[in-house]
Formats: sequence, structure tokens, C-alpha cells
Amino acid sequence: MVAQNRPRSSARQAMNPQVTYKPSEEVDFVIVGSGAAGGVLAKELSTAGFKVVVLEQGPWIPPGEFSHDEIRVFLERQLTNDSRQQPQTFRKTPQDKAEMHNGVIYGRLVGGGSVHFTANYWRFHEIDFVERSRRGEIPGTGFADWPVTYAEMEPYYTKVEWEVGVSGLAASSPFDPPRSQPYPVPPMPVKSSGVIFERAARKLGWHPFPAPLAILSQSYRGRAGCVHCGRCEGFGCEVGAKSSSLASVIPVAQQTGRCEIRTASYAYRVETNAQGRATGVAYFDARRQAQFQKARAVILSANGAETPRLLLLSSSPYFPQGLANSSGLVGKHLMINGYHEVYATFDEPLNEYKSVAVSRVLHDFYELDPKLGFYGGGGLDARFGMTPLRFGLGALPTDVPRWGKAYKDWLESYSRTMIVACHAASLPVEANSISLDSELKDAWGLPAMRMTYRDHPDDLKTVSYLSDRALELMNAAKARKVWTWPVHDQSFAVHLLGTCRMGNDPKTSIVDAHHRTHDVPNLFLCDGSSFVTSGRGQPTMTIQALAFRAAEEITATARRGGV
Amino acid sequence: MNPTSGNDLDRRRFLLTALGGAGGAWASVHWPAILEAAQHAAHMREAVPPAKLEVLSAEQAAEIEAAACRIIPSDGSPGAREAGVIYFIDRALATFAADQREAYAQSLPLLQSKTREMFPSVSKFSQASPDQQDAVLKALEGQPIFELIYAHTVMGFLCVPERGGNRGKVGWKQIGFDDSPAFAPPFGYYDRGDRT
Repeated sequence: MVAQNRPRSSARQAMNPQVTYKPSEEVDFVIVGSGAAGGVLAKELSTAGFKVVVLEQGPWIPPGEFSHDEIRVFLERQLTNDSRQQPQTFRKTPQDKAEMHNGVIYGRLVGGGSVHFTANYWRFHEIDFVERSRRGEIPGTGFADWPVTYAEMEPYYTKVEWEVGVSGLAASSPFDPPRSQPYPVPPMPVKSSGVIFERAARKLGWHPFPAPLAILSQSYRGRAGCVHCGRCEGFGCEVGAKSSSLASVIPVAQQTGRCEIRTASYAYRVETNAQGRATGVAYFDARRQAQFQKARAVILSANGAETPRLLLLSSSPYFPQGLANSSGLVGKHLMINGYHEVYATFDEPLNEYKSVAVSRVLHDFYELDPKLGFYGGGGLDARFGMTPLRFGLGALPTDVPRWGKAYKDWLESYSRTMIVACHAASLPVEANSISLDSELKDAWGLPAMRMTYRDHPDDLKTVSYLSDRALELMNAAKARKVWTWPVHDQSFAVHLLGTCRMGNDPKTSIVDAHHRTHDVPNLFLCDGSSFVTSGRGQPTMTIQALAFRAAEEITATARRGGV
Repeated sequence: MNPTSGNDLDRRRFLLTALGGAGGAWASVHWPAILEAAQHAAHMREAVPPAKLEVLSAEQAAEIEAAACRIIPSDGSPGAREAGVIYFIDRALATFAADQREAYAQSLPLLQSKTREMFPSVSKFSQASPDQQDAVLKALEGQPIFELIYAHTVMGFLCVPERGGNRGKVGWKQIGFDDSPAFAPPFGYYDRGDRT
């Protein structure tokens, strides 16, 4: 088989010629992670003239090797963390015993999760940054305002849209926050699911709009437009139309001649000196040899699970409970966004397996009425991320037998089926967390990741509420058959948010409003871990806006000699 | 594979669509990448493994295939048998599911013993009548042997052909999936002439 005959790609180096630094050479910045945030920071800082080394755990996979084979991608984990090498444990509450369960899924290659993401790129709304003040305290949670407002974020959202390439239609949703620029490229063509969704939503008085996507509808800045192959959700894009860090910002960083993307480099410790300053990052190379990259400053963009894990792995006599953890909150307040799907089958073919996953969205339920008696809000979208195998194994309605002739007949509804997906806010609960497992080790001998998570009751109520709206929508669309499953506690996380939250008070936050840790002056954290609240799903757009904003501030500070 | 069949057409369509929306400068810069992607896709298509067993014995394969053929039967249209599910399973046990070989070996005898227990005159699952086989499988639902064969049968029916199953893409044809590497709107019935 082709996949087996290819060389194992774990140690594969960069495709493009690039500068290389010796680990012993002190570079300006070492960045851990090459995903949505790390890629942006690498580009911005190297373009500004700094020497940058990016340490990436995974391989560099050339676009031609992105596979449509679901087994290669989902079972052999071509693009994501491999639990056989990096096993995890899970528990619902700190009182429970953690069991083996690989709940955290993230991109593990150059480009990180931005390679396989679905690429939904709506901006957070104004309310997301100030909701605690507007809404008041929510007991039992760490619900808080961000130390930054939407108005301050707006230029950076615009920057993301133009720098990485986002398609969409400005002012198409009455709920959209104000924007200074239109999208650089028009929205993707509407799919059958989008047409059905839009007609039904309008019938109900709701306000559907074209999905903003980090996928190019036409060529832009030397990159190809989408060819509608239909493998966005979970797959890498062979033509580079998906605006991953791999396709957009990393090539620019490399072209500066100042940025090295070092693959197969698994960071395990941020070293600090007697002055409490970071001196660089220790990592295992492709041969599992320990290496140490010296740097004037360290930036962790390893994702909302690996960034706190790396801080906890970096404890020392000066930082006994983990680096940058004087608040004791590193790893806590994990938020993963609620998610639920409602399926519907129609009379005629939709062929949803073609083109992007999502073409229409609505935000009528972004802020739920407090009179409902619970906190929440979310978005709905028309989508279909179902490849044949996922459909056959994971979409079966409860009233259809799972095998035999009836099952086979049901499979034939594949081309006539669509999904309405519900994306919801998660409340920040301190007990929900990423921590180090006290017993289990990974293949490198490091303490394994432990996830503790139980949805706040309001989160489940929000998802149920949104699921009811999705059912209402599909019934208004006169679907032939509509089905879903009961809302339940989540134990899998792909949105990894809030574990090193931003704030002005060092007692209740890890990083300041510009991503500098309160405890270590030359250590910055920038990825989903910085979030204070979860938005309503689709966090990557905001992760990248934060990264552009952080890069600007870090550049200015470094030029003043303040890093 | 026949070189005049869909492969070349697919490749050409892919290239044309990929280039259709782009300017000349882009084409000259990105031609190699596009070509590589298309060649890779075509190469993958040609790499369908031969229909032979490497891991399973003929007897084991006969029992497993009989079960697969009840899970996705061939009644009037291709099922697990025509898709070559058994070759997919054999290939899986040689590759990504090698760690499940032991589970198959341990739990496969249950298929026979359950058959004998329910139908004493029948010695092997594969020799039972379809109705008898259905009854045995129903009794085994939830047990490892059923769940293993079940998941692998669905995978073998719907996977990419180079995994050894879905031969001739019969599974994809059955569900109406087209694996062309590129498409253009309209994609389905409801988005015809309604592009907003």
C-alpha cells in the first residue's frame, strides 16, 4: 500500500530552503508550536527582523501527501496527536479517578490544527469580551471580562482576514459586530444545505448569512482557489486553498531567511535562570535526544492543552507549582464549546460531500434571553462533514437497524442528507482542567496529559435549546426525516480554550492583556489558552487575531529592549 | 487499471478546475504542486491491492465473510461480498488494525460455537442458512466478535479502494458518493440556479 511504502514522515524537514540555527546560538524568540497562533507569530516576528526558531512536534507534510483516505487520516492519525505515543487520561471531576481516555485532539504537524480544521471564521461579537459586566456573576464559575474589547480587537480581525485569506460577505448578518474592511475574497458558493437552511430560516424570521471561511473562493496572494473536493473537515488541503498556517503565514516566515521551522521537536521544558527569566526551551529531537534551544524570549503557542502541560512540566525550585503559575490557575478553566448535530434527509440529492463543509450560518441565538433561566448562546450552521465512512459508522438514526438490508437501504440516503450543527458557549469552571497525570507516562517518559471536564449545567441547557431550534429549522424545511440524539456530557475536546487565561490581576490570570506571563517577564503564551470566555465556537479566528495583536506588542517591546 | 478509464479524465478535470479560477502567474508558480497532488491522487487510485489473503486462513476468512455478507447483504445490488470486504479485513489486520489480530483469533470461535449451540445440526457459521446466520448475529450483537466484524465490514464497504475493500467503488456507488478530486457548482438539486 502506498501509505505504508512511503518513508515515515516524523522526521521530515521543511520543504522549502530555510535558515537553520544551532541550538546553542541564542535566537531572539523560540516559539513552541507552528499552528494558528505560532504560525502568525513566526511570520510577524521574523518579518520584523527577529531571529526565530519554531519547535514543532510533528512532521512537515507536503500538500501532495494530504490523503482523502479516512483510515489514514482518522485511524492512523496522519494529522493529529497519536494516543499510542501520547496517551491521556480523563475524569469528570477532580474527585473521580482518571481513566485512560484520549479526549484531547489537536493538530500535530507543521500548521497544527489549522491544517485539518473546518475553517469557520466568524469573529467574536462585542458581547463576548464584556459579558461578565453585562450579565453579572455566574456562581460556581470564573466568568470574567476580557482585558481587551472588541473595538481593540477589530483591526486584528481585519488583519487575519487579509493576511491569511478569509472569504465571506460583509454586513450580511444583522448581528455582526462592526468591521473596518470588507472580506478580501467573496463567500464560497452556496450548497444545497445552505439553500435549504436559508429558506427555512427566513420562513421562521431568522437571519442566515454566508459562512465566513478561511478558505479561498478564488486565487489570492499567489494561492489557489478552492476546487470543492469536499475534504475540508478533518483533512489537509492539497491545493492550499484552505488558509492554514502551513499554506498562508509559514511560507512568508521562511522567506524572511530569519525563521527556522524545526520539525520532530517535542518541547518538554522551559528553562529559567536564577533571575526568574526564561533562557530557552528543552526538547526531544527526532532521535529522542534531549536538545536545548537558547533564546532571549520564549513564546508558547502549543495549544490550550499542551501550553499549560508544558508550564506544569517546567516546575523548578523558583516555580515549584509550575512555571508562571503563582496564581495556581495554569491549566484551569478549560472550555471546549458545546456542540450538537441534527440530521435531516430530503427527497432530492444534496451531494453534501462536495465543496466546503459549511455555506450558511445564523447568529439569531448568539445571546440567549436571561429570562430562559440559564446562561448561554450559540450559532447554527448548515453543514456536512460526513465522509462515507463516518456516515456509515456514525450517523445512524436510532430507529434504523444497524445492519442487514434496512441498514444498507438507509446508507443510500447519504447524498440526500445534511446536518444542522449547533455551536455553543462553555462556561469557565475552575475544576475543568488540563493537568499532569500522576501515574501515566508518554513514550518519551513525560507525565501524560490528564483532562478533567464536566459541562456546566447551563452549557447543556444551551445545547439542548439550540438543538430544539435546529429541529424547528429542519421541520420548517419539510425534511423527509429528521433525527438527533440526546444532549450529553462531553469528553472529547478539539477547541482547547481558557487554560492560561488573560487578565490584569496576577492572582486570577496567567498572562496580561498582551500575552506576557505575570510571573516571567520574557515568557509569552498565545493560543486558545489565553481565552477568558469561550465565544460560541469557532475560536481559531480569534486565536489568530490575538496572535497578530500579541506580535505587534511584542515587537514594539523588544525594539525598546523590554523583552 | 485501464488507463483510458476515469483516472485520466479525473486528473484532467482536476487540473482544469484547479486552474480555472486562477491567473497565469499563479499557474506557473503552482503548477508543480497541483501536478504533484493530481499525480499522487492518481497513484493512490492505481494501488489497489490484489485479492489475496495474508493474515487470515481460508477457513477464518469464510466465517468472517459470511457474517459480513449478512451485515451488508447483496440483495439485488452489490454488498460486502462484491466490495471485497474480506480482503479489506485481511489487509487491515496486516496494517492499521494489526493490534486486533489477537482479538479476532480469540473471539472467532464464538461464531461457530454460538451457531452450534443455536442450531445443533450446523457445524459452521458459514454453512448456516441466511435466517440462521441472522439469528446468530443478533445473539452476538454487542460482543467483541460482532462489533469487530461490524465496524470492519462498514469500513471495507465504504473505504478508499486502495485499502482493499470497496472494490470497483461499489460501496460508493451504492450510497451515491463521487470521489472526483474536484467539483464545480451546482453541487446538488437545491442549489441549482439559486446562487446567492
